[in-house]
Amino acid sequence: MKITVAVVEHVARLARLELTPEEKELFAGQMDAILGYVEKLKELDTDGIIPTSHAVPMENAFREDAVRPSIGLDKALANAPARSGSFFVVPKVIE
Amino acid sequence: MTIIDMTIHELHTELKEKRISSVEATTAMLERITAVEPQVGSFITVTPDQALADATAADRRIAAGDCRPLTGIPLAIKDIFLTEGIRTTCGSRILENFIPPYSATSWEKLRDQGAVLLGKLNQDEFAMGSSNESSAYGNTRNPWDTSCIPGGSSGGSAAAVAARQAIATLGTDTGGSIRQPASHCGCVGLKPTYGRVSRYGVIAYASSLDQVGPLTRDVTDCALMLGAIAGHDNKDSTSVDTPVPEYSAALTQGVKGLKIGLPKEYFIEGLDPDVQKAMDAAIDTYRRLGAEFVEISLPNTDYAVATYYLIATAEASSNLARYDGVRFGHRAEADGLLGMYTRSRSEGFGSEVKRRIMLGTYALSSGYYDAYYVKAQKVRTLIMNDFVRAFADVDVMLTPVAPTPAFKISEKINDPLQMYLSDIFTIPVNLAGTCAMSLPAGFSAAGLPVGLQLIGKPFGEETILRAGYAFEQATEWHTRNAPL
Repeated sequence: MKITVAVVEHVARLARLELTPEEKELFAGQMDAILGYVEKLKELDTDGIIPTSHAVPMENAFREDAVRPSIGLDKALANAPARSGSFFVVPKVIE
Repeated sequence: MTIIDMTIHELHTELKEKRISSVEATTAMLERITAVEPQVGSFITVTPDQALADATAADRRIAAGDCRPLTGIPLAIKDIFLTEGIRTTCGSRILENFIPPYSATSWEKLRDQGAVLLGKLNQDEFAMGSSNESSAYGNTRNPWDTSCIPGGSSGGSAAAVAARQAIATLGTDTGGSIRQPASHCGCVGLKPTYGRVSRYGVIAYASSLDQVGPLTRDVTDCALMLGAIAGHDNKDSTSVDTPVPEYSAALTQGVKGLKIGLPKEYFIEGLDPDVQKAMDAAIDTYRRLGAEFVEISLPNTDYAVATYYLIATAEASSNLARYDGVRFGHRAEADGLLGMYTRSRSEGFGSEVKRRIMLGTYALSSGYYDAYYVKAQKVRTLIMNDFVRAFADVDVMLTPVAPTPAFKISEKINDPLQMYLSDIFTIPVNLAGTCAMSLPAGFSAAGLPVGLQLIGKPFGEETILRAGYAFEQATEWHTRNAPL
């Protein structure tokens, strides 16, 4: 599928990115070229092949459910762009 | 020999015999950083106060008779590793003021031995790049020719070793980000098996591929660094609980009878003649040392870059969703929550990061998930099977690291696909999850380093270190210094 500016705008909305008109044009061309290149995977017959999500076979990693010290409020909030007491402040969500 | 030219094991001897103190060594390195940094640009943050405090503490430890292999050794680490109380940017504007509340396990392990932190190294933004040109903190330049890129994404980690600004460094490798810059800068770089080293506290790019590893002056140092950082970590559920061998002990066993595979898909037409020449010479060297060569095939090699750029970007788009301006990182003023997310991300991320988030979001989006993402995961299985089959017949594989020596700054910046293709020989190893090392194997006619890659079986680090050590003993490429 051709990657048009309209497709770029749709994907940018999903990715929570705001692109300039120049970026939209640039990304449309570049994404089209890159996705055109990855089309080559279609040459391979992968029917019945199990997808790999991890290179090392792994079971769930469990640990004992024990109480341990955690990072603490002040450390956890130290990088907050805005803080009020023990909370992160964000713009108003509900009108 | 001056301090800045020393390896870890050489400086360790001097520290242990108390001929040099860690404060002296650290001061020498800090002076070297000041002297050459304007030309190289390896660092995002230099930490002289931290370094001297660490060195003072190390000297006390040494005086008390406790001198472990890394005690008092001045190191630097990629700015992707969280360091408690020390700014960590990951090469991005979005983390320009981020001070981590905890440290990466791999760095903690080096600290436990008493290593000294010289600073945080430059890198491609969020480790996305092959040239270090996507850093928001300026280009790093190749110490062998400052008009060339150092490679990426651990470009600062490789350049700092080559420019003798740090005795050794840590980097990360998702598609070649340790091995390719090590090759371009003429140092040793090892990407361990997935799960060998904890990724706790390492800023995530593509979680099924990312791995931590050392960049060093020689193979002995590489074994020391790997031994220090390897092992299971309760804080990283993908780290594997397999005993850590004594890597240094394995080095001297030689390569007599070692079966080395040459994957025919890696010795393609169009391989740079300088690279081809270095590979031919390396094969001759190994033959003289008693190794046997077997031609092998990894038939799906040609699909690896396409597979990687779907899987890595998909994982990146998900991992980087956390940068939303709420809890840490850059926040833009905007009306409403959605506007704040969108503007914070758009102001904070650079072009390459946006491009990869866009690609990954597209590959995961409704209607394309099966055609792109799942398809790539299936091809990944085929690529892994290639390695399993080939390793039934050989102990290690020998290949080039990169198709060319370091290219010029700006040469590929406007053509992302060409940039991505420069990782063609390193990416399959990450997809297969196994280990590989780059080591110096010669120089181009223009005087740029050329590396060779040794690929090992999963958890076969001892074998590639042993093969690397044998090569190093028989050659002198690793002893040359960048003209800087």
